[in-house]
Amino acid sequence: MADAKTFRLQCPTPLNDSETVQLAHGGGGRRMHELLEKLLLPNFSNDMLLERHDGATFSIAGARLAFTTDSYVVRPLFFPGGDIGTLAINGTVNDLAMCGARPLYLSSALILEEGLPMETLRRVVESMRLSAAEAKVQLVTGDTKVVDKGKGDEIFINTAGIGAVEHGLAISPKSVRPGDAVLLSGDVGRHGIAIMATREGLSFESTIESDCAPLWAPVEALLAAGLEIHCLRDLTRGGLSSALIEIAEAAGLCISIDEALVAAREEVLGACEILGLDPLYLANEGRFVILLPARQAEQALHVLRDFPFSSGAVRIGEVLQRPAGLVTMKSRLGTERILDMLSGEQLPRIC
Amino acid sequence: MKYVEEYRDAAAARHYAAEIARTVTRPWTIMEICGGQTHTIVKYGIDDLLPKAVTLVHGPGCPVCVTPVELIDKALQIAALPDVIFCSFGDMLRVPGTLGDLFRVKAAGGDVRIVYSPTDAVQLAKHNPGKQVVFFAVGFETTAPANAMSVYQAKQLGLTNYSVLVAHVLVPPAMEAILGSPANHVQGFLAAGHVCTVMGYEQYYPLAARYRVPIVVTGFEPLDLLQGIFMCVLQLEQGRFEVENQYARSVRREGNTVAQELVAKVFRVVDRKWRGLGGIPQSGLSLTAEYEEFDAETRFGLSEYSAEEDPECISGSLMQGEKKPEQCSAYGTRCTPDHPLGAPMVSSEGACAAYYRYRRLRTDDRVTIGDANRG
Repeated sequence: MADAKTFRLQCPTPLNDSETVQLAHGGGGRRMHELLEKLLLPNFSNDMLLERHDGATFSIAGARLAFTTDSYVVRPLFFPGGDIGTLAINGTVNDLAMCGARPLYLSSALILEEGLPMETLRRVVESMRLSAAEAKVQLVTGDTKVVDKGKGDEIFINTAGIGAVEHGLAISPKSVRPGDAVLLSGDVGRHGIAIMATREGLSFESTIESDCAPLWAPVEALLAAGLEIHCLRDLTRGGLSSALIEIAEAAGLCISIDEALVAAREEVLGACEILGLDPLYLANEGRFVILLPARQAEQALHVLRDFPFSSGAVRIGEVLQRPAGLVTMKSRLGTERILDMLSGEQLPRIC
Repeated sequence: MKYVEEYRDAAAARHYAAEIARTVTRPWTIMEICGGQTHTIVKYGIDDLLPKAVTLVHGPGCPVCVTPVELIDKALQIAALPDVIFCSFGDMLRVPGTLGDLFRVKAAGGDVRIVYSPTDAVQLAKHNPGKQVVFFAVGFETTAPANAMSVYQAKQLGLTNYSVLVAHVLVPPAMEAILGSPANHVQGFLAAGHVCTVMGYEQYYPLAARYRVPIVVTGFEPLDLLQGIFMCVLQLEQGRFEVENQYARSVRREGNTVAQELVAKVFRVVDRKWRGLGGIPQSGLSLTAEYEEFDAETRFGLSEYSAEEDPECISGSLMQGEKKPEQCSAYGTRCTPDHPLGAPMVSSEGACAAYYRYRRLRTDDRVTIGDANRG
């Protein structure tokens, strides 16, 4: 690229090919996708990776398995409704659940910063134990490293998970069909606001708790009911919008939703108003979308609503043939617009 | 949500849209000043509800968009210094100057922090006596009181390690610049509600009279905008050019006089360069003599630095209402929110970013823009 001093914004390319890693490259938005498309997928291309799903599914000696991994670098470590330990278990459990796999075994790699209070580590490990018990998974292997003071940020956790696929469905964006219904398992945005409020010292009349939760139980029930699930996706970084855009792009179809049907708590909406954020892009840790044939939507909602973590499930939209690769939304005023993936994380507005 | 949902009611919106359609007999061009209003219009599709005869053009009221590149360059140079904590509102971090953007400085090791209030930056200065804390004081009259308060507090606390990089701009001189331009075709204004909450709206009477243009102080919710447009259209149809206040729940004629006094104590009015518009006389703020010790440009020896903006970005024509984002050859192809050429594509309040985020669909039956975005 041009020398920084002479570079005059004549061409956007140098800004595009960033010479350094920026936070946006991990923000779940467009920049992260660029990193995947340009660096990671070309280097490791294979059919399983190209599914672009939350985990890979494959067969070994006749058994269908799902395999996934995720790293947890949340700050603060403890927040209302959970901590880095609950996230590290539930996040990986949920990635397996989104493959339609029964979560079975997890690995855990801890990267600890020298000087971390042992009490903090005990609390995190206790959370992991409780979350693993709740999700009925076993932590069967692990690793621990300690880095010099200042070379880490208290605790980083990586977990990987293996699950069993006990059905014949191909749960993947590629299975999505025009006419499918789009279901959402509950209100959005609580995790994002809970973290932001703790991190920035913002307080509201009532505490907003993260929605962090294990999602295998409702998925298992959907599968047991014999429903023809086409795609599942948990809403993490980037929120509902990014999850739907990823599915629409991978499926080459349009997802159309109705804004009025997407619920968020009053406190979340209030925080969004104050900070100039859009709840549709806020992070979640216990919400997912289900795409399946429209004729099965009612039955699926019925099943979902029996579970505490998906009792607020609603149908928010449908899949259309065109415009391919886009998510459109009917606004509360009845007008239509598109949902675009953000570059990185949402930034609070000036005024 | 109480006191917000009421202003987003679909039935009431349709009612106002129908009233506007009934009132309009010929084409009118109305400019909303504030980027927050642009955002609401595009997010809710307000212009889709209007009759074709009413054209909305988007004014210069996005503070991020009008901050000149040289001030952003100054911010980048200060933020890159060791022992500096550079504080900014979030959406300023992605705006490119000619030397990069604040995110890049952060990635290269600069201590760049997003704050929610300038007084948070004062607290940082108080708790980090070994560091120079600099706040990027960006914005219109709306953010000026809080920014002034931070400087006032710093002086009270006797802080010698706090300073502000002042990029404040004022709305009425920009409106006058637009109205005075030979190319102007704006026939009515929706004035920025929150600017008027601070400043009141007496300043607009001479403008309305001199240029025979209706000015309606307008809020930011969908119904505020529809009502403001209706009031403006009604004046135009009746041949009136008055200053009216749609946003009476927030705005008083005299504004917030306590805030004005604080602003007048800390800041003085100066000539200012606007990104896209060029220099406008008496259109910005700078620190008064009493507070000039808190001027970051002086403290870091950057007063003489200058830079020119990218000639391809049409933000000037855009903010004067001469062009719409789709009329820019770079829009959606070479210029996207991920790779902005100009500021209106960066801020969520910028007209180009708002168009791109919410309505790429309709300018783009080809779907190629979606592909370009992906590449």
